[in-house]
Amino acid sequence: MYRYTDLDRRFVRARAAQFRDQLQRHLAGELPDDDFRPLRLQNGWYVQRHAPMLRVAVPYGELSARQLRQLARIAREFDHQDAGLASERGGFGHFSTRQNLQFNWIPLARASDVMDLLAEVDMHGIQTSGNCIRNITSDALAGIAPDEEVDPRPYCEILRQWTTLHPEFAFLPRKFKIAVSGAREDRAATAWHDIGLRLHRNAAGEVGFAVAVGGGMGRTPVIATPVNDFVPWQQILVFIEAIVRVYNLHGRRDNLYKARIKILVKAEGQRFVDAVNSEFAALLADPDTAPIPQAALERVQQHFQPPPAPPPLAAAPVGTPLPAYTRWADRNVHAHRLAGYRAVTLSLKRAGLPPGDVTADQMEGAAALAERFSLGELRVSHDQNLLLPWVREDELRALWLAAREGGFATPNIGLLTDMIACPGGDLCALANARSIPIAAAITERFDDLDELHDIGDIDLHISGCINSCGHHHSGHIGILGVDKDGSEWYQVTVAGADGSSLSGAAVAGKVIGPSFAADEVPDVVEAVIATYLRERRPGERFIDAARRLGPLPFRHAANTARRSTALAA
Amino acid sequence: MKPEQSMEFLNALPADTLLLDNTDDVIGRADEVRRHVAVALRFPKWTDGRAYSQAVLLRGRLRHRGRVIATGEVLADMLPLLRRCGFDGVQLRADQSLEAAQRALGYFDSHYQTAPGDRRSIHEIGVTR
Repeated sequence: MYRYTDLDRRFVRARAAQFRDQLQRHLAGELPDDDFRPLRLQNGWYVQRHAPMLRVAVPYGELSARQLRQLARIAREFDHQDAGLASERGGFGHFSTRQNLQFNWIPLARASDVMDLLAEVDMHGIQTSGNCIRNITSDALAGIAPDEEVDPRPYCEILRQWTTLHPEFAFLPRKFKIAVSGAREDRAATAWHDIGLRLHRNAAGEVGFAVAVGGGMGRTPVIATPVNDFVPWQQILVFIEAIVRVYNLHGRRDNLYKARIKILVKAEGQRFVDAVNSEFAALLADPDTAPIPQAALERVQQHFQPPPAPPPLAAAPVGTPLPAYTRWADRNVHAHRLAGYRAVTLSLKRAGLPPGDVTADQMEGAAALAERFSLGELRVSHDQNLLLPWVREDELRALWLAAREGGFATPNIGLLTDMIACPGGDLCALANARSIPIAAAITERFDDLDELHDIGDIDLHISGCINSCGHHHSGHIGILGVDKDGSEWYQVTVAGADGSSLSGAAVAGKVIGPSFAADEVPDVVEAVIATYLRERRPGERFIDAARRLGPLPFRHAANTARRSTALAA
Repeated sequence: MKPEQSMEFLNALPADTLLLDNTDDVIGRADEVRRHVAVALRFPKWTDGRAYSQAVLLRGRLRHRGRVIATGEVLADMLPLLRRCGFDGVQLRADQSLEAAQRALGYFDSHYQTAPGDRRSIHEIGVTR
């Protein structure tokens, strides 16, 4: 993975010092709330329901064991409070769909001390919030996936650097998210991003990017529009500069809900594309515009060299593997580009803890697994799990035993309980409804592994509000928290897709009737699943059946779960 | 133009300053820009970032050598961004501390992007180092 240079380190420390100055002025009453808010947001500090929330950037999902240990220390020493319910004492982090980590209980007065601790391990919260270019996300299997055409990590790192405190683009109309994928399978949901980048090679074998613009969730779900099939990698920063400049100058600023680039792209259509191309041409014609030199790319690529091949496998272990091991190996172990290695998901979806949550002890545990089995490296996945990218095939058994002990071996990757969920109304000030109890109730309801495996591959996504942090639009089953008359209700959709080959072309799910009460939701999910099990053809997966059947049978089935809400027609 | 030119704190706009709104097309008004020694770009709200792009276009595309002044709601903490987009003059909002503004300019000794008009590629000063 990328190792910080002296410049990177100085930069992050300078940022921490700058933030300390701003925080001190704020606490001294010299920097009023309204002026401090955008500054703290661009350092990852929200103010939430109970306390500030800190979002720490994990650039394109790569995390070292050392960094995870420091995050554990922060969870233990800073993210806690002494009063309140057991669930309100803190001491944990939450991995988000954008591969970041969030803390919920750090007092603002200690914020700059935490930024210093992060800087010690080359971490920060820069641009994890605010109306700027956010942390770049990518494929959790980047650099190791067998179906990869081009390793996206060096390009992600160049993008990380270029977007970091870009002076022109710090105050855009709205937040701006870029995702990069270099594999045939899109594991980064690129079509749902403000800019989705797909690395590939042209007929001549040259590397470039297919660029799509204007995807996004929220109250107007939009799939990104392809604007260029092949931007040579040397020119990608220039092309992105053109896009973001057009957006900065022309994106709407009069209405918060119409400020994302997707609205501009939709309203202007071809005129938007023309404006970008014209700005791109003007930049390329300028002698001051420099493409990325080959040597620069190579220098960054040096950081991503594969480890040496492991020694040849010893003889296969004697005896039949335990069924529990086989099940885990089927779901949680993934093929690898390099012979002798496997990638292994550490499931963060288990009973008793919200999806994506890790306690301080578990962070230490995962760090120890990474040190012992994966060259000290981890990945954060878009699905809110951790992944060990460099596990030797002959150590899978030992890893399984250790991961089981640490509570990371639930064999449910890709299954119903491997759900995506935002923190919801328990923690988030924006949420209309809680996500965590819904996730917990569904996890409890579907605790039978045989049943889960029979149901098979399925994406269940839960968002506590229309901001869509839990990506409900792209869930094969999507659950959205809505507020009606001050109480919590849930809208359920089926057949949404993130754009992966399992899910099909990216599309928002279809609503299956008026909102449900919280206590109806697990029954609704059960009724939807029962409909699938009854109607499926041999080998047909949920998403394929849902698309074939359309929403109607699910709508009828969900009606049987209604107790307090009115039937859908 | 040097990448990190000095920043002048102004109480009033100099005479013969062309004042542009952040909805104005700076490229379309190139002729007017050429006739003025200074251009002031307005920040109606400090979180409205359009004038940063306008300044980059003035310096980069139009090669404007005169002053580029930030006016309107200009806060001390904007100073590093303003300077790096090519502004070399500011009218701070009345309540702002000059000391905090000067301090704000001192935190970073290097960046990942070039300033407009700087011919070194970002990869010489940033990515490659």
